[in-house]
Amino acid sequence: MSKKIFHLPDVGEGLVEAEIVVWKVSVGDVVILNQPLVDIETAKATVELPSPFAGVVTELHGAPGDTIQVDESLITFEVSGDESEATVEEPIVNEAVGAGREAVLIGYGVAKEEAVTTRTRRRNAPETTPSVARTQVRTTPPVRLYAKQHGIDLNTITGTGRDGVITRSDVEGADTKVTPPKHSPSTGANTPSRFVGRDLEPWSSGQLEERIPVKGVLKSMSEAMASSAFSQPRAAVWVRIDATKTMELVASLKKHPNMQDVRISPLVFVALGLCDAARHYPGINSYFDMKTNEVVVRRTVNLGIAANTERGLIVPNIKQADQLDLVGMANALTTLVDKARSGTTTPNEMLGTSLTITNVGPFGVDAAIPIIPPGSGAIIAIGQIAPAPWVVDNQVVVRQVCEIAMSFDHRHIDGALASMVLNHLGRFLSDPAPSLLAN
Amino acid sequence: MNQEQVIQLLSPEGERVTNPEYTCSLNGEEIFSLYRDMTIIRRICTESTSLQRQGQLALWAPIRGQEAAQIGAGRALAPNDFSFPSYREHGIAWCRGIPPENMLRLFRAVSNGGWDPNKYHHSVPAIVLGNQVLNAVGYAMGIQRDGAEEAAVAFFGDGASSQGDVLESFVWAASFNAPVVFFCQNNQWGISTPSSVQMKVPLYKRAAGFGFPGIRVDGNDVLAVYEVTKHALENARAGGGPTLIEAFTYRMGAHTTSDDPTRYRIDAEVEIWNHRDPIERIKALLVRAYGVKNSQFEDVTTEADEIAMKLRRDVLAMDRPDPITMFDHAYADEHPLIEEGRRELIELGIGGLNR
Repeated sequence: MSKKIFHLPDVGEGLVEAEIVVWKVSVGDVVILNQPLVDIETAKATVELPSPFAGVVTELHGAPGDTIQVDESLITFEVSGDESEATVEEPIVNEAVGAGREAVLIGYGVAKEEAVTTRTRRRNAPETTPSVARTQVRTTPPVRLYAKQHGIDLNTITGTGRDGVITRSDVEGADTKVTPPKHSPSTGANTPSRFVGRDLEPWSSGQLEERIPVKGVLKSMSEAMASSAFSQPRAAVWVRIDATKTMELVASLKKHPNMQDVRISPLVFVALGLCDAARHYPGINSYFDMKTNEVVVRRTVNLGIAANTERGLIVPNIKQADQLDLVGMANALTTLVDKARSGTTTPNEMLGTSLTITNVGPFGVDAAIPIIPPGSGAIIAIGQIAPAPWVVDNQVVVRQVCEIAMSFDHRHIDGALASMVLNHLGRFLSDPAPSLLAN
Repeated sequence: MNQEQVIQLLSPEGERVTNPEYTCSLNGEEIFSLYRDMTIIRRICTESTSLQRQGQLALWAPIRGQEAAQIGAGRALAPNDFSFPSYREHGIAWCRGIPPENMLRLFRAVSNGGWDPNKYHHSVPAIVLGNQVLNAVGYAMGIQRDGAEEAAVAFFGDGASSQGDVLESFVWAASFNAPVVFFCQNNQWGISTPSSVQMKVPLYKRAAGFGFPGIRVDGNDVLAVYEVTKHALENARAGGGPTLIEAFTYRMGAHTTSDDPTRYRIDAEVEIWNHRDPIERIKALLVRAYGVKNSQFEDVTTEADEIAMKLRRDVLAMDRPDPITMFDHAYADEHPLIEEGRRELIELGIGGLNR
C-alpha cells in the first residue's frame, strides 16, 4: 500500500484555482479508476473530476465552498502496489523539466538521429545560452515571466508549492515585501465585504480606486437592469398587509410531523399567492414583445426568484409554478435556492421568467421598488415581516405586518390591474388557508 | 432537417431506410466492424476526457455524437487517399491506423503533431480553423498533376465553414476540378455559436454556387455516411471533381474540455439528439437484422476497455520534451522570428537544458 495525492489540475487552459462544489466520495470510500470524485467550479465551468487512482480515500483537502489553488492537494488515497502501477501522481502541466532528461522527438515521426542533428545545428546559433538556464529553479513559465517582469530573482525565493515549486503567490509575497503600501490607511471598516460577486479589499488596505471588469453574472445583471430600465416605462403600487395568519400557518406547518423534510417559509405562501393572483388576472402574466409589437399573455407561470448569490444576483425560475401545491412549491424553492447558491443553475433555468419575486425582507428593509426583468411584465418585492401596530375592530393591536410592492410595465399594464393583483395577493397572505383549500 | 433532402439508410430506431440513389453495400460482418470502431473511438474519447480532468492532458476535443460521421467517412477512404483533419477527427485517425496514444501527444503537449503524415496518409491536426481545407485542395491539384487515381479529403466543421480559407478552397477546387471531397461535420455548434447563425442557407446548398454537388447526409447514420463518402471519393478519383458532404450531426459534449455547454445551449436540444445516438441505432440494426448476440457486443466493450487502459499507460509513460524543441519544426530552415522566440525562452530559463 502507498499514499497517492491527487493535486488539483488545471482543467481549462490557464486556470489558477477552483472552488469545491460537492464531494462525491467520503473518507474511507473505496473508489475505482475514473470514478467521479468531486464537482469543482472554475472561472469557466463546473466540471466533474474522475479519480486518477483506484484505492481508498484517506483525506479530503477541503470542504464545499473552499477555493483550492491549482497544484495543491485535493484528495489523498491509499492504493495497493498493483493499482498504482497504472497511474502516476504527477500532472504533466506544471512540472519543471528535469535536468539531463533526453528530449523527446517532436511530431512527424522524426528519427532520433535527425533530432540530434537539429540540436547540434541550433547550438551554433549566434546567441549563447545564459548559464542561469543550467541551475533550473522549479517553477512554471507564467511565474517565471511574472518574476522577470517584476525584477524578482527566483533564486531568492523558497517555493511553498508541491515539491518546493515556486508559486505565483510566493513571488507576489516577495513582491509586496519590497513594495511600500499603496496608500496610508484611513479610518473605516476593515472587514472585507462581498460586492459584485467578489470579496472587496478592506477600506484600509485596498487601492484608492479599484476598477472591476464587467463580466459574468455582473454583466448579465447590468445588461438586464439597463435594458429594462430604459425600455420598460415602470410604475409601482404597494400595500401593507397583516401577515399574522401566514406566519402562524408557517409556524404550525414547521412543527407538523409530515412536513419535517419540507422547508416551509413565508416565501412559499407569497409564491402560491402570486400564482393564484395570476390565475385570476392572467393580464399580469404578460409581456410587451417589441419585435412583433404585440402583448403576449402567458397562461403558465414561470416564477422567477431573485437570488442573491456569492457570484451576484441571478433570477432562476420555477417552471409551471402555477401547477404546484404547497409541498411542491416549497420543494421547488428549496431546489432553486440550493442550485443558485452552489452555482449549478443552468441557463435553461433562467429563461422565460413570466413573474418574479424579490424578497428584500432578509436585508431588514420594509419595501423596494424593483426593476422588471426583461421579457416579463411585473415583479413583486416583499419587505420584512415585523411586529407593528395594526387596527383591528377599531383597536390598535400588534400584528405581523409586511409591505408588498409591485413594479409593472405601464405600456400595457395599468394601475387598476396592478392594484387588483396586489390586493388579491394581500388577501391571500392575510388568510391563506381558505385560498389554499379553494385551489 | 425535415424540409431538407437528407440521405439516410438507417433510421434513429435502427430500421433500414431505402434511398433511390444509395444502397448499402456492406454485409453483416462489415457493419459489425463499423459498430466496433465506433464503440472503441467513443471509449478512447471518454478515457481522454478523464485524463484531461486528471491533469494528464492540457486539452481534449470530445467527439461523442459524431462517431458515425467519422467512422463512416474514415472507413470509406482508400489507402492512398490523403486526409486532412481538424483537431476533432480522432475517428478518422483511428480508421487510418494511427495508434491512439499518438493522437494524444498533441493534447499532452509533448508533440506538435504526433505521427508521420506520409506513413498514414493523414496530415497532423490543423488547429487554425479551415487551414487544412486549403492544404487538401493543394494536395488534390498535385494528384491531378501526377495523374494518380487518388483523392484528398478535407475534414472541417460548421464553424470553419465561415472561414475565408474554406470558401477559397471551394473556388480553387471547382476551378481546377480537383479530386477532393469536402467533408463538413455540421455538429450544430461552433463553440457557443449555433450553426443557424452562420448559415442562412443550409451548408450543402452552398456547393451549387461554386459549381459542384453538395449532399446532406444523416451524420448519425454510419451506413449512409459510408456510402455517400465512398461514392464522392470514387467520383473524385475518376475525374468527376469535388463534392461537398454535409454530415448533419451533433456534438453531445463540450467543444473542448475548456468550455461548459450547459451555459450556452438548452438541455431539451441535447435530449432530442440523445435519441439519435449513432451507436445505439447500428446496434439495434445488428440485433434485429443480423442476430448479433449480447456477448458479441460485450466482447467489443471489453476490447475497448483494454485499449483505453493501454492508452492510459502509454500516455502516462510519455517522455517530456525539452520545451525549447517546440521551435525545431516550425520551419525547415532557420527563421529570424523563431530564433528570437527561442532566445527569449532560454533567457527566461526555460529549456535549453539538454544542450
